[in-house]
Amino acid sequence: MPINLTINGNTIQAREGETVLQAARANGVHIPTLCYHADLSPVGACRLCVVEVEKMRGLIAACTLPVAEGMVVQTHTPKIVEERKFVLEMLLTDHPNDCMICEADGGCELQDAVYEYQVAWSDHKGKRHSYPVGADQNPFVFTDFNKCILCTRCVRACAEIQGRNVWGVANRGFNDKIVAGADVSMLEAGCEQCGACAAYCPTGSLTDKPSRGKGRAHQFSKVRTTCVYCGVGCNFDFNVRDGKIVKVTSARDAYVNGMALCVKGRYGYEFIHHPDRLTKPLIKKDGKFVESSWDEALDLVAEKLAQHRGDEFAFLASAKATNEENYLFQKFTRAVMGTNSVDHCARL
Amino acid sequence: MTNNIADIDNCQTLFVIGSNTTEQHPVIGTRMRRAVRRGAKLILADPRAVDLASIATLYVRQRPGTDIALLNGMAHIILKEGLEDKEFVAQRTEGFDEWRKVIETYTPARVSEITGIAVDDLFTAARLYAGNKPSTIFYAMGITQHTVGHNNVLTIANLALLTGNIGKPGAGVDPLRGQNNVQGSCDVGALPAFYTGYQRVADEAARAKFENAWGTKLPSKPGLVVGEMMRAARDGTVKAMWIVGENVAMSDPDSKHVVEAMNKLDFLVVSELFMTETAQLADVVLPAASFAEKDGTFSNTERRVQRVRKAIEPIGECRTDWQAVCEVAKRVSGFKLQVESNLKPETWNYEAAEQIMQEIASVTPSYAGITYARIDKKGLQWPIPTKDHPGTPILHTEKFTRGKGLFSPVEHQEPAENPDAQFPFTLTTGRILQHYHTRSLTGRVAGLDQLAPEERVELHPDDAARLGVNDGDWLRVSSRRGQVEARAWVTDRVGHGVVFMTFHYADALTNALTNTAVDPVAKIPELKVCAVKVEKK
Ligand code: SF4
Ligand code: SF4
Ligand code: SF4
Repeated sequence: MPINLTINGNTIQAREGETVLQAARANGVHIPTLCYHADLSPVGACRLCVVEVEKMRGLIAACTLPVAEGMVVQTHTPKIVEERKFVLEMLLTDHPNDCMICEADGGCELQDAVYEYQVAWSDHKGKRHSYPVGADQNPFVFTDFNKCILCTRCVRACAEIQGRNVWGVANRGFNDKIVAGADVSMLEAGCEQCGACAAYCPTGSLTDKPSRGKGRAHQFSKVRTTCVYCGVGCNFDFNVRDGKIVKVTSARDAYVNGMALCVKGRYGYEFIHHPDRLTKPLIKKDGKFVESSWDEALDLVAEKLAQHRGDEFAFLASAKATNEENYLFQKFTRAVMGTNSVDHCARL
Repeated sequence: MTNNIADIDNCQTLFVIGSNTTEQHPVIGTRMRRAVRRGAKLILADPRAVDLASIATLYVRQRPGTDIALLNGMAHIILKEGLEDKEFVAQRTEGFDEWRKVIETYTPARVSEITGIAVDDLFTAARLYAGNKPSTIFYAMGITQHTVGHNNVLTIANLALLTGNIGKPGAGVDPLRGQNNVQGSCDVGALPAFYTGYQRVADEAARAKFENAWGTKLPSKPGLVVGEMMRAARDGTVKAMWIVGENVAMSDPDSKHVVEAMNKLDFLVVSELFMTETAQLADVVLPAASFAEKDGTFSNTERRVQRVRKAIEPIGECRTDWQAVCEVAKRVSGFKLQVESNLKPETWNYEAAEQIMQEIASVTPSYAGITYARIDKKGLQWPIPTKDHPGTPILHTEKFTRGKGLFSPVEHQEPAENPDAQFPFTLTTGRILQHYHTRSLTGRVAGLDQLAPEERVELHPDDAARLGVNDGDWLRVSSRRGQVEARAWVTDRVGHGVVFMTFHYADALTNALTNTAVDPVAKIPELKVCAVKVEKK
């Protein structure tokens, strides 16, 4: 049974069990959020998504409010806008004015919300946190909790997406703080370095370490591809800048894996531009490899293989190569070399 | 996999056997953890208490190489308690009565004796799998890398047939394929006995079809599998080889002999990204483009054919492997053309990967419906027989490939090499989360190496105490074939008398130890069991 409700004077239909936030977004009404993420369970913590509902008192968080028949919702009254500005101002009183050199610039949800509500930088002179920047010594996730807005998306991403429980909130009043395990290092707390927490963090508090300083969102072009490591076949986006792979980002619409990736898929791309890459054909002469042109190498390969057609030849294909390549390997072995001795390391 | 990955969300019971899923197929592993979070039951059967053991409803530790006894024992209990799916067995299977006779001999007491698993746990496992349905069995190399690997797989199928746990949402048999495109390389015929889509080389009609498609005569005799190639090279009957992107000198069982074999060849060409142990042995090394530098497709473990896209130009003078093989094909044909007119260099003029896929689709019924446009966003799961077929997330929903599901009576058989007085430990091998195979890729990612810099031999604390070994001490592990030195990780992940090592590290060449004995049908080497001696160095 669809549920009828009114948002900003327009009647819309929602499904039972949906929240007001979901119903609004599905109908093109933009409500800002920070702690909410569509993949994670809603917690109603940041209060940016507050709305007014007829016959209900005060401002209510839309992300945890279930739709009900006949509900009348307002999403942008002056009172609501005031409240959102207040929330953002409060966040800025304890946030470094660091956007110029922040990894998250351009992809930061706090920045977007502050811009949308035109909240000026506060001259607040009171207490600000000063946590050591980049303190956690793990290789892949960079931590800067001065930029943390305590939205707990990292906590939920680790628990709900990755199935680990690395992050938690240590409750200490003003010093409320995101901690790994019992305030130990991430690796000690059982982190698998999947990078989900960084992918779900809305600010520059948790970011990818290997790509630090290598560019920001607007400088990359993205190319969707399939992971080269295991048989799960996760999809992700290569972030390319000046002809180089500088980063991998996960994508909600990746059909097999969504935002989830493992440490190899998300951070295991460095080999592509490694200085050890072979870049020229090599021919062994007197026991030593000598660089050659492609033509010379191909002619030599063809000449030698032509002498061993039939069962004197064998092709070891590759479970890392594409389908198209493996197809040609077996076609070559069978049609040109005249043997069926083509196999790959499927059994290893 | 008979079912798709997302179908894990529909399972009530997950039975994971011989798969360290959270390390080998990490994102499937996270999906399993999510299933447990929502209340699904998890049975884990593995000689090692791998990560999933910590969240399993039931963890059982079978002695390496005793899976058949365990699975037959569960079937025995299921029958005894009347938990089988009688309707399914009657309507969709055959061979039940024969099979039952074998199963009757696998009493809980006998199975407990063979496997080392407590009788109570056998009952719990059987009741969960057969009673808390739908259930899916997940397995990987822990099942297949045995001399009884093929029989292990049959035994798993028997259990699924008995309980009707197949062909439905949440109910399936899911082998998890290791490498990114091992499924696809098989699908497109990189196998000595099959053309694409598992059409047999020995089948005349299939051969005629490919002769027609490629315009040339084709050999009818099935070719050699990897292990046989290596032996033939050593004997001098195979004289030339082309190896693409596989570091066999390190990944193959009994690596010493592989190096010998490669050295004996008249000519070896290797296509590689890096100067691997195998490339060192080559006469010509062709620099290959990485997956970031080319277009194409990979087929994942759930049979989903997905796009690989070129993100950057090839590094240096690298070329894609498909371009290299086309060039060589044309040139070999050129050399031979005067004598043999049936070589067709003109069938090697491909402009783009997409054109190759069009050819694959034209000769492969299960890939027939694929176009790059159709697989652009989500891929498609084969079989995809026509251009408007939506793909097949779940196999065997109405019937099996052979019609009825066949119960195969299978008896327990001891591994090819069991521990004895001289080599008293069982060595089992595998991979870890941070690395892949011989590290030719992951060893060049500084952070991954930082996380897992060296080999660690997993050794049970009681065994360690007996040998006077502390965590981190150097060990010498030796088998009938070789010896390796590495540090100890004293942990009860492994059971008594069992040690675990990976085959990732060149300075601890685990495959110098492993046994080349293979399964007679699947020809997979028994990498999961061999006998070794462990000493403090
Ligand atoms: S990297 Fe993954 S496992 Fe580690 S804390 Fe973040 S989400 Fe959790
Ligand atoms: S670290 Fe990021 S995701 Fe975690 S609570 Fe802080 S801002 Fe939110
Ligand atoms: S990201 Fe990890 S789990 Fe996904 S395909 Fe790559 S290696 Fe496998």
